[in-house]
Amino acid sequence: MGETSIGERPEPDAAGEGDGVIVTRSLTKRFRGGQLAVGGLDLTVPYGSVFGFLGPNGSGKTTTIRMLLGLIEPTSGTVRVLGRPMPRAARSVLPEVGALIEGPALYGFLSGRDNLLRYDAADPTSDPRTRRARVAGALERVGLTAAAGKKARAYSLGMKQRLGLAAALLRPRRLLVLDEPTNGLDPQGMREIRALIRELASDGTTVFLSSHLLDEIEQVCTHAAVMARGRLVTQGPVADLAAGARGRLVVRTPDVAEAARVLKEQGVGDVVAEEERVTGEVPGERDLADLNAALVRASVRVRGFGVERASLEDAFVALTGEGFDVAG
Amino acid sequence: MSRAETAVPGVRWRWTFGLFRSELLTTLRRWRTLALLGVLVAVPVLIGVAVRIETGGGAPGGGGGGEGPAFISQVTNNGLFLVFAALAATLPFFLPMAVAVVAGDAVAGEASAGTLRYLLVAPAGRTRLLLTKYATVLAFCLVATLAVAVSALTVGALLFPLGDLTTISGTRIGFAEGLVRALLIALVVAASLVGVAALGLFVSTLTNSGIAAMATTVGLLITVQILDHIPQLHALHPYFFSHYWLSFADLMREPVYWENLTRNLGLQALYAAVFGSAAWARFTAKDITS
Repeated sequence: MGETSIGERPEPDAAGEGDGVIVTRSLTKRFRGGQLAVGGLDLTVPYGSVFGFLGPNGSGKTTTIRMLLGLIEPTSGTVRVLGRPMPRAARSVLPEVGALIEGPALYGFLSGRDNLLRYDAADPTSDPRTRRARVAGALERVGLTAAAGKKARAYSLGMKQRLGLAAALLRPRRLLVLDEPTNGLDPQGMREIRALIRELASDGTTVFLSSHLLDEIEQVCTHAAVMARGRLVTQGPVADLAAGARGRLVVRTPDVAEAARVLKEQGVGDVVAEEERVTGEVPGERDLADLNAALVRASVRVRGFGVERASLEDAFVALTGEGFDVAG
Repeated sequence: MSRAETAVPGVRWRWTFGLFRSELLTTLRRWRTLALLGVLVAVPVLIGVAVRIETGGGAPGGGGGGEGPAFISQVTNNGLFLVFAALAATLPFFLPMAVAVVAGDAVAGEASAGTLRYLLVAPAGRTRLLLTKYATVLAFCLVATLAVAVSALTVGALLFPLGDLTTISGTRIGFAEGLVRALLIALVVAASLVGVAALGLFVSTLTNSGIAAMATTVGLLITVQILDHIPQLHALHPYFFSHYWLSFADLMREPVYWENLTRNLGLQALYAAVFGSAAWARFTAKDITS
């Protein structure tokens, strides 16, 4: 029908811009039956970031993502996406958001291309005149052009995943919410999708990426948040998070007791003597070479000396106090 | 109406038929829908062939009257009556069952396939999607009824003579007017399914299982038909959506007897309003967890 407004890019509210693409405040969801899925979540996703969203299964990631997209109504708290409140502003926000939620869902009896045509037709703000061209572009982008005419039920898991991504890329988006985007892909496919995510991010699209693959988050993301048992454990730049669980000084030696004494004497904190090795905090102000020299002067036989780098995984375990087991 | 809502800064909403077309095509491309339409097309063929074999010798009907579905005894005299006979035979069960399956699957089927969440974040809009779904189910009511009518007309023309026909009141009308009445009857039969369609859509918003929604709707359909035949419940009968279904035959009277026809249409509108509102209330407030 008529022109409801000129097709300019909507500016987020003044308050929204500084705060981030996604801002939640005290976001809480309690399902019927009283089970708390998400509690008091304060999440801030900066503009232009690739934001990793981490947590064990059952930690409330999916519920959070569904609340961000207006599929689930929060019990309390607020969600702002692109500076506008969700789910109230869903009609104006969601056309600018591409999403892959808990894996792809397709019409098996339709071809890959027809699946995308249907999803695009569901968006009342998309232009039907450019629909076919945009669908072809999205298929090209995920490498499915050759299989576009095949029925989706004949697709492999990886192909379905790519088609799901293509649906998120039907038009330029300001935010992509991708739940486990490399699930089901072979290593080559994973690399391609990660490259695609980096490319999209370099175009200025903010990417909100949930994953259980810590190295994926480390490779791709600039920022991350960690959830456990429905609560946010931490969030911030990935470098800071990994640094939070600092690397540890590791000395491998048969003379464990003597090495531990020397290290303490040299002012190393939290010295732990284990079998055939001694670990301690990396002292910030001292040259590690001096420590090594001190050990050698005290006739400690050193087999190995170095710092074990902290990975995001260490940070994760330190933060959640658990591995990737399902939260009870 | 929702005009103010749609005028969100920067994003242009177009109320086009794009989603409806996509919905209708998707529904009609389902193997299940095609199978249902196949069954509906087959019913008039079976009736036509059976009547033809029964009256095989060619002795023009007349006898036997009163047996079987309405109009069937007149089919041998005039093939057009096969349209009325086929609609009378399919309206009690085959047609509403087909509609119940399509309506029950409308929302719940998308939910169980997971496609519902992607339609909603597209964003299809919950009210818009529900309206589109209902419009599609109504279109299917019409398509299904016309499938029966066209099949019956074709079989009737092939197997039996066509010509002027006698109304229930005993007056004679021309073949052209007979065709118009047949079309009117098909439209009234399609409209008789509006209530089942709304009921099915409501059930469809209650569950995430397409199969469960279809089975529940078909179950309700059968239950209501049975209750409608229990004399002790006669006080309730006028509220059963199927109670006035066969009133379409009144269109074959001269003059047309409107009372039950309007009651039927009013009742269907009531069902559409009540269960349509219930479906809307449920669907717009529902957490989509599938």
